[in-house]
Amino acid sequence: MVQEFDVAVIGGGVVGLAILRRLAMSGLGTVLLERGADILSGASKGNSALLHTGFDAPAGSLELACVQRGAHEYRAIRDRLNLPLVASGAYVVAWDEAQEARLPDLLAEARANGVTDTHLIGGVALRMAEPRLAPGARAALHVPGEAVIDPWSAPLAYGRQALAHGATILSRAEVTGAAEGPGGWTLTTRRGEVRARAVVNAAGLFGDRVEALIRPSPFTIKPRKGQFVVFDVPGHTLVNAILLPVPSERTKGVVLFPTIFGNLAIGPTAEETDEREGATCDRATLEGLRARAVEMVPALAQAGVKTIYAGLRPATEAKHYRVEAVPGRAWITVGGIRSTGLSAALGLAEHVADLYASHIAPLPGQPPEPVWTPVPNLAEARDRPWEQGGEIVCHCERVTRDEIRAALDGPLAAGDLGGLKRRTRAMMGRCQGFNCGAEVRAMAAAAGLPDACGGEGRDGAA
Amino acid sequence: MGQPDVLVIGGGPAGLACATALAKAGMRQVLVAEREAEAGGVPRHAGHWGFGWESHGRLMRGPAYAARLLVEAQAAGVTVATGTTVARIEGPGRVVLHDKTGLHEVVAGRVVLATGAREGTRAERLIGGARHPQIMTTGTLQQMVYLKGMVPFRRPLILGAEWVSYSAILTCRHAGIRPVALLDEGQGGTDAAPRWFAPATRLAFAIPTLRRTSDPVILGRGRVEAVRFTRDGRQEELACDGVIISGRFRPEASLLAGLACPPGVILAGNVTGPLKTAGGAAMAGRGAARQILGDT
Ligand SMILES: Cc1cc2nc3c(=O)[nH]c(=O)nc-3n(C[C@H](O)[C@H](O)[C@H](O)COP(=O)(O)OP(=O)(O)OC[C@H]3O[C@@H](n4cnc5c(N)ncnc54)[C@H](O)[C@@H]3O)c2cc1C
Ligand SMILES: Cc1cc2nc3c(=O)[nH]c(=O)nc-3n(C[C@H](O)[C@H](O)[C@H](O)COP(=O)(O)OP(=O)(O)OC[C@H]3O[C@@H](n4cnc5c(N)ncnc54)[C@H](O)[C@@H]3O)c2cc1C
Repeated sequence: MVQEFDVAVIGGGVVGLAILRRLAMSGLGTVLLERGADILSGASKGNSALLHTGFDAPAGSLELACVQRGAHEYRAIRDRLNLPLVASGAYVVAWDEAQEARLPDLLAEARANGVTDTHLIGGVALRMAEPRLAPGARAALHVPGEAVIDPWSAPLAYGRQALAHGATILSRAEVTGAAEGPGGWTLTTRRGEVRARAVVNAAGLFGDRVEALIRPSPFTIKPRKGQFVVFDVPGHTLVNAILLPVPSERTKGVVLFPTIFGNLAIGPTAEETDEREGATCDRATLEGLRARAVEMVPALAQAGVKTIYAGLRPATEAKHYRVEAVPGRAWITVGGIRSTGLSAALGLAEHVADLYASHIAPLPGQPPEPVWTPVPNLAEARDRPWEQGGEIVCHCERVTRDEIRAALDGPLAAGDLGGLKRRTRAMMGRCQGFNCGAEVRAMAAAAGLPDACGGEGRDGAA
Repeated sequence: MGQPDVLVIGGGPAGLACATALAKAGMRQVLVAEREAEAGGVPRHAGHWGFGWESHGRLMRGPAYAARLLVEAQAAGVTVATGTTVARIEGPGRVVLHDKTGLHEVVAGRVVLATGAREGTRAERLIGGARHPQIMTTGTLQQMVYLKGMVPFRRPLILGAEWVSYSAILTCRHAGIRPVALLDEGQGGTDAAPRWFAPATRLAFAIPTLRRTSDPVILGRGRVEAVRFTRDGRQEELACDGVIISGRFRPEASLLAGLACPPGVILAGNVTGPLKTAGGAAMAGRGAARQILGDT
């Protein structure tokens, strides 16, 4: 059976899900087609989870506009979706004279970008704010508006809210062809044909390949890998804020940051790679990251490593976002959302809705009343279900059986083991499943997740 | 639960044996808090032979040994509260327990920490390469095989050549899994197996042990396909469909994190560091009991 929609969004990363939400809430009939067994199978599954202010974004760019619009909307809707935010603020820390000399420029850029609450502070004030920082820290730019959020629950909430507004989300539905006819597009997917009057390409790391289905892609994805080390320490006991380096011509440098799950992490590196999926870590780089973290905060020398991970940025040959409504065709390209997509997603969604209205068709006159779909809380700083009782299955992260069941069931249920972890934190603690791994996998296998017992997560499961 | 004379945290061999000894010596209110649904600790899911020699003078399978320790504890009058996690230690004798009804404060005369040890993880060992569900510690594999009847792979590689790596082999054999090889990363093991183990496993199970390897990297698209490593300065690759991360035990002492050695907490069993056999851990539990009885 061929299904027909107003808009098909290709790609269930944070950007595609935010767009889906916005269009569905405008009253359009929408479908999202995701290649993986679950949403967040690409760039959006491994990032730093910082909600940016745009203080260092290129002036006048679409990126800056979307980051600021997106962060603003995130703050506006987060309570109703039960999404967390730790208002940690950030310090851009100067470790030598040359770096210190760059701070006034960064301040001017931030102010020009409208981030007016930033200011410079000296070494003494910095050490009072962050007493564990190594003595080499000389001065900093304080950016109070930078914040830490939950990288997985936010897109999940966007997807769930879209579902509540009538959207359809299909996983294991890689788009392999797109044909334009009089009534719109016919997309070939692994789950059959889908018809839509308009298409949004939000395929992230595969954005150029999806674009090539309809035209020579105006950009090429050049994935840039970022590796991370997460320390097994309660983050707030050592560092309060996000500690950014002063960017140099050569490198943006790595960030030491508290995670929403209550730990401290360092990363990401920036490495050119041919990998478009399955980002790998390597020991030498991880050791380098760990050493850098200890240089910044010597007390980390005693800390254990809780987990390691890597993410892939959908970078292109140019720095800027590659967003356009393809002239004369009902196709909107949202590509190259490289390193700020979590912050910008809701802003990009607004932008896409504007493009849709101006280039494709007017939005329905009477948008429906918003339906709010709060998601379970995973943030450590807020109340978590185990505190009220229940059976704890994952002891390190204190995840209850009911939470795992809920993630395996209901709207936008987990599609693979990784998706289950991202929805619950189960198996993500210091023992990495030594204690709970079998129980969690058995629950996942009983719910039909193909990779729970060693098979593959994606189509063609073993 | 209110105010036990002794609260034992963890119902593995060390905790159960400690509690049993205390109760047998006449202590009235001995409470074991065990977070799992069943007490017994690691032996509960180690379905192979090799448990109990030091404490009972005979060898049993893990589950039989766990059951035996539990029966002895209950016969002696110990209260074993399963599904009960110690969430935090607040101060001398003051502990917060979690069970299905919520959080409860308990004040105990003495507190014994017998929370065991766990294997070092892939992350702690900074093992590079791909991330796939077919990568797990021996402990996870053992619970999958013996408790859940799950078989996650057929031809895994075992990283490590410690005592527990041989437990991994026995677990595999039970499920019809045939490990490709053991990779010994040299230094860093927590509990090196004796030299004769390598030739013995080759002979008995036809599984080679590759020594002096370094920098293992897990390869595979969509699933584990091989492990690459360096041996004697050369890169080698072994095809496999899973990786067992074995050994490098770490004490499960997270309850002590941030506490400046809370007075009154006695450590027993694997939580004290160097890995013990289960029987050895039970003996350590009895030792802790003697210490408490001597003190009071
Ligand atoms: C290391 C790192 C750190 C970062 N830190 C931050 C941060 O702190 N703050 C911040 O705001 N941003 C951060 N980012 C950026 C952010 O993660 C990305 O901008 C964002 O995830 C991009 O999302 P996306 O939806 O465009 O792409 P993706 O997440 O890649 O989503 C695209 C989806 O499309 C699917 N797909 C691909 N091809 C097809 C097809 N043919 N058919 C159907 N589906 C298809 C993929 O499976 C994927 O799920 C970071 C990124 C990285 C890598
Ligand atoms: C895979 C594997 C195979 C092994 N094979 C053998 C063998 O063949 N022969 C042998 O003699 N030994 C073997 N050992 C070693 C032996 O099992 C251990 O030395 C022994 O179990 C240690 O006993 P323990 O009581 O110190 O800790 P554990 O057995 O680990 O018990 C600790 C208990 O504490 C509980 N706990 C932890 N934290 C909390 C908390 N906060 N609140 C409540 N409860 C908590 C845990 O759930 C667990 O039940 C093996 C170990 C492993 C991991």
